[in-house]
Amino acid sequence: MTGGSKPAQLEVRGVTKAFPGCLANDDISFRIEPGEIHALLGENGAGKSTLVKIIYGVLQADLGELLWEGKPVTIHSPHDAREMGVGLVFQHFSLFETMTVLENIALAMNDVRDMAALRQQVIEVEKTYGLPLDPDRHVYTLSVGERQRIEIVRCLLQNPKLLILDEPTSVLTPQEVEKLFETLRRLADEGCAILYISHKLHEVKALCQKATVLRGGKVVGGCDPREETAKSMAEMMIGQKLTAPDRSGTRKFGDVRLDISDLSLISDEQFGTDLKGIGLKVRGGEIMGVAGVAGNGQNELFQALAGETEIIVAPDCIKIDGNPVAHFGPRRRRRLGAAFVPEERNGHGAVPDMNLAENGFLTAFRRMALSARGLIREVPTRTFADKIIKTFDVRTTGASAEAGSLSGGNLQKFIVGREILQDPGVLVISQPTWGVDAGAASAIHQALLDLAAKGTAVLVISQDLDEIFAICDQVVVMAEGKMSAPRAMADVSVEEIGLLMGGLHDLDGDVTLKTKELIEGDRVGQA
Amino acid sequence: MDWLIPLILTVITASTPLLLASTGELITEKSGVLNLGVEGMMLVGAISGFAVTASSGSAILGILAAIIAGMLMSLIFAFLTLTLMANQVATGLALTIFGVGFSALVGSGFVGFAIEPLPGLHIPVLTDIPLVGEILFGQDFLVYLSIVMVIAVGFFLSRTRGGLILKAVGDSHHSAHAIGYSVIKIRYMATMFGGAMAGLAGAYLSLSYTPMWAENMTAGRGWIALALVVFATWRPGRLLAGAYMFGLISVLQLHAQSAGVHVPSQFMSMLPYLATVIVLVIISSDRAKIRLNAPACIGQAFRPAQ
Repeated sequence: MTGGSKPAQLEVRGVTKAFPGCLANDDISFRIEPGEIHALLGENGAGKSTLVKIIYGVLQADLGELLWEGKPVTIHSPHDAREMGVGLVFQHFSLFETMTVLENIALAMNDVRDMAALRQQVIEVEKTYGLPLDPDRHVYTLSVGERQRIEIVRCLLQNPKLLILDEPTSVLTPQEVEKLFETLRRLADEGCAILYISHKLHEVKALCQKATVLRGGKVVGGCDPREETAKSMAEMMIGQKLTAPDRSGTRKFGDVRLDISDLSLISDEQFGTDLKGIGLKVRGGEIMGVAGVAGNGQNELFQALAGETEIIVAPDCIKIDGNPVAHFGPRRRRRLGAAFVPEERNGHGAVPDMNLAENGFLTAFRRMALSARGLIREVPTRTFADKIIKTFDVRTTGASAEAGSLSGGNLQKFIVGREILQDPGVLVISQPTWGVDAGAASAIHQALLDLAAKGTAVLVISQDLDEIFAICDQVVVMAEGKMSAPRAMADVSVEEIGLLMGGLHDLDGDVTLKTKELIEGDRVGQA
Repeated sequence: MDWLIPLILTVITASTPLLLASTGELITEKSGVLNLGVEGMMLVGAISGFAVTASSGSAILGILAAIIAGMLMSLIFAFLTLTLMANQVATGLALTIFGVGFSALVGSGFVGFAIEPLPGLHIPVLTDIPLVGEILFGQDFLVYLSIVMVIAVGFFLSRTRGGLILKAVGDSHHSAHAIGYSVIKIRYMATMFGGAMAGLAGAYLSLSYTPMWAENMTAGRGWIALALVVFATWRPGRLLAGAYMFGLISVLQLHAQSAGVHVPSQFMSMLPYLATVIVLVIISSDRAKIRLNAPACIGQAFRPAQ
């Protein structure tokens, strides 16, 4: 695409950045040509975000240099980066909920512009790139896909020469992803370099021409994603062979153990979603997946199921093994054999400042008889924690390590293990492998499959469709607080789930689903 | 009708300190900082203004001293909460307790001093208009300043880029930081503006409202100013209306008693807080209303992530 004489849009040379106790970036070098869509791959903690922050001027490198169009540059602040022509679409959106779309855009402009002129420019960019947005809507009323459009429009208004996208699709429906890719391809055709950060390898394969793989802060290789499989890239990222979860044993489904009927709930969060008439039955031995874009009521559903929100007026709308429990708090539900794993590990699933033995005690003291006459039984408590650590291969110094000192994946294995070893009749688990490395993720998936095989009803709330396809027997989709009818995994396609995820939000009917074909093609290839 | 003009005049003077202090606190809170030290800052402003005026004979110097004293007080607060990330609620309460004690200590030598009150405006023809002349054209300049300031703050918040940035910092400090704004610097400035206005409100009390110094002379007006910001749901227009309403309530109790209506004075002094609680209940029941004006990050310490 570029001649040998033309300098790279951005060249990273030997960038090194250390934080106390960890070397986040270790001598990283790579280059991006104008018009190239370049993937930056790596597990959580591989150093991708640190590198992006260095390129965007949020952090400064300890060593190494950045070359912009062949010339060395120092980027002191995001302002400098934008001045140069770097645009960044943030992973966690950098938007202001109570402000309008136009105000949000104005805030990210380097130069002070006249609002009326800015509005005109926004409308032009929206037209040119097919990104419909009403400049006067307040952000809190927008869907996640629309919010991301704000971030993209915001970048495009600065005429970027390099656009960085940090995990842009983790919150989008498959259809929204396809639309995003069309915009990106078009930008690349116009000569904009794109640095695309993702761990969704199917998408990288569909979009990118080059990839740089990071592991432990180092560049461990580069490839052309079009010539790799998702599996081969994943193995490059984790540095070991990947085993697919084993779901060979045919399971028989028993009686309904978790019965939700006509569950409605007004959210008490400022920007929450109300639940509207949710109904769902999960049988023993069954893994039910709840798909959906974040913020469509999944948090409220989890809180209602876990008893964090008690529904006094309608005890019957949630039943565990036939017992009405909706008016109970978490402890009484646990007593009936339910177990819960929330999405947030630190501060919700575990107390970061307490050690693992204490954290084990907190949810298991009754079922595992860790307490007697109001006192903690020290020995069984430690034994229980040790057993979790051993069974679930939690990498830690031992049961007296503070929960907060564990890496995300290891703490997640501990929390999941703590609930599974209590042998629950019903397990509700939210985002089981969010931010967890591939090795730990496959261990957690296997544990959930094994638990279901023993007759537990498992409800998995997940945004990750790959995960749902990998372990679930049936799937429902949440959109705007409503739930679709359950569908057997065997006869539902990614496309159908995507349409359900879109809910009432506007969608173009005839998006070509190249991504979907690739995902399914790849899945066949792996089998 | 004889009672009406004096009533309006006393309402204006009772409302002005509330308006000055709450205008400052509004800006502070819009940036995401909750400074509960308004009462303390007002007291220190009041004694600084009084002491300097009494010693130098210049009310202007006194007012400047009050502004500076209020700013210094808020600077202590800002350093503790923004730089050292102390809890804002606890620090604000401590600031008030400190202000009460410190102003009493400094002021012990000034009890019983008398000074000339701030002169009222006198425009020959206009001020002499019967009925409205004195109300509209006969006040001292702090009264006019308080109204100019609340309008200026309204304009700043709704029409300027600076105001947009300030609201952004209060709405989501992480987003503002990611885009490249200096959250801490902006909050320092907003907090110091709040301190300056509280100091000015204190000066109004000791130089104009009752031109003397008495221990704890703010008598809870700092707390009313805080309540007023919530009462106004962080909107300058409502703040102006609310300040005058609270001013009216506080004056009415005196007039009610002289008119022979026997309402316990404790009940009347409770009214501003009662009104605020009712407003809080109402806005909490309509989430959309508060959502748009309440700074989402209020009271939260900002720690930039790595």
